[in-house]
Amino acid sequence: MNAIALGLDRTALELKMYSREKEAVFFSFLFPILLLSLFSVIFSSQFDQNGAGMSAAHYFLPGMVAAGVLLTSFQTMAMSVASERDDGSLKRLRSTPMPPVAYFLGKVGLVAVSSVLQLAVLLLVARFGFGVDLPATADRWLLLAAVFALGVFAGTVLGIAYSSLSSARSIGAVVIGPMLVLQFISGVYIGWDSVPEWLRQVASLFPLKWIAQGMRSVFYPDSMASVEMAHSWETGRTLLVLAAWAVGGLLLCVTTFKWFKRGTV
Amino acid sequence: MSDTAIRIRELTKTYGDRRAVDGLDLDVRTGEVFALLGPNGAGKTTTVEILEGFRDRDSGEVAVLGTDPHGSPRAWRDRIGIVLQTAGGLDLLTPREVLRSTARSYASPRDVEEVLEATGLTEKADDRIAGLSGGQRRRLDVALGIVGRPELLFLDEPTTGFDPQARRDFWGLIRTLAHDGTTILLTTHYLDEAEQLADRVGVIAAGRLLALDTPAALGGRQSQEATVSWEEDGTRRSVRTATPTAEVATLAARFPGEVPELTVTRPSLEDTYLGLIAPHVTDERTEVPA
Repeated sequence: MNAIALGLDRTALELKMYSREKEAVFFSFLFPILLLSLFSVIFSSQFDQNGAGMSAAHYFLPGMVAAGVLLTSFQTMAMSVASERDDGSLKRLRSTPMPPVAYFLGKVGLVAVSSVLQLAVLLLVARFGFGVDLPATADRWLLLAAVFALGVFAGTVLGIAYSSLSSARSIGAVVIGPMLVLQFISGVYIGWDSVPEWLRQVASLFPLKWIAQGMRSVFYPDSMASVEMAHSWETGRTLLVLAAWAVGGLLLCVTTFKWFKRGTV
Repeated sequence: MSDTAIRIRELTKTYGDRRAVDGLDLDVRTGEVFALLGPNGAGKTTTVEILEGFRDRDSGEVAVLGTDPHGSPRAWRDRIGIVLQTAGGLDLLTPREVLRSTARSYASPRDVEEVLEATGLTEKADDRIAGLSGGQRRRLDVALGIVGRPELLFLDEPTTGFDPQARRDFWGLIRTLAHDGTTILLTTHYLDEAEQLADRVGVIAAGRLLALDTPAALGGRQSQEATVSWEEDGTRRSVRTATPTAEVATLAARFPGEVPELTVTRPSLEDTYLGLIAPHVTDERTEVPA
């Protein structure tokens, strides 16, 4: 079989493993959906009283979409690759004639399927569960696709590179801790307008802030652009920053990837 | 097909200022089961990992199935099978799923059902791998190693942690593979395993080959003195002799019936092995703290 066919076969296998791991499904796939529902219910009265013309679900949707992107790509990759390296799965794969690219195609396939599925569920829940109006114009959908694809790709390669930082035993803490902090300062759980200026500066160094900003430009009315740091959506810069993270992540991934655990070969 | 499956000449590998492999020469013949023995730190694992294409050598010539394993080309990987010393993971899949997926990488794989049958995993084929016993998990590793129909199989300490019955069953599986013409390079700490399975045994220590022979003849075992022992007057008595048959005949004449508790033994493979490596084990411990 050629590399593409083997990559598809690996994708099927990866999806089986992912769907059977309840913790992964819960913490990366269902978590943003659950939180969106929870926040929408808990904060519904506050938002109605504001009269801002935006429901809680609408307010939190872009952040949850952005968090979902990084959870299904970055978090899933960092944790699964670290454990596969530690338990010898990678070394075993390397001992077969499977072309290495097939392994990465399998990972990309897993992230593509799970993240698109998660986005679809998030949008369905927002639209039909909480009556959020989804974008009405084609260019907004196009922008959604672009930010989403760049975010997922960057998250995937960065996650694979990040997996080399730690052993499987501690990778959970090494991934989830920083991810949680990033989500708080990037406007996912707490409104971007409530984050202090200096923390916004810190958040701007990482991709999650830009994914969230891109998603706000997709789902929010244009009048909301005033809450952004530049008082505009900065669409061009958002795409550029995410593309830079994607390319940088790919280079990092290719140059640092190891099939063997530290201290063995 | 060449007569030599593995050819090693003047192989060296150095870590820092320690010579892990120090001018090793070795041939493994096509179709034989070859056991590589040696104490921890002898250079066994390094040598095997160089042969498997996982590690680069410093100098020397290595040909595995006629190919230099450095760079490990895909067509060459297609002809070898590797059962790693420690293999884990795959917990969320079933043996059938993993075998099917692995088989697809190879040009002419074995039938998955056949491999499940041969490794005694048919009943567990659709269970989660996480639920397999240690022995079953190890048999799955072998199944994964042979599903590509390899000409040469590397088996690294395959039965560590097995109960006696599981080991016997496992040996049966290896014998079947050897009978079908697979060349097998086995590393093990169990001398009885080498004795049961191997056509030839090589002992390495300090990165060099100390002895190379059939298990029965290793270190001149056949020609060494035998020990004849028996019970007499309530105590154990024994005589070392080059002519055990004559000794037994004398005893038979002295006792009216059976000679009580009579045994005739030659040094076991383990005795011979321990004798061979003894000087190097001391060196290891003083020079290279673990």
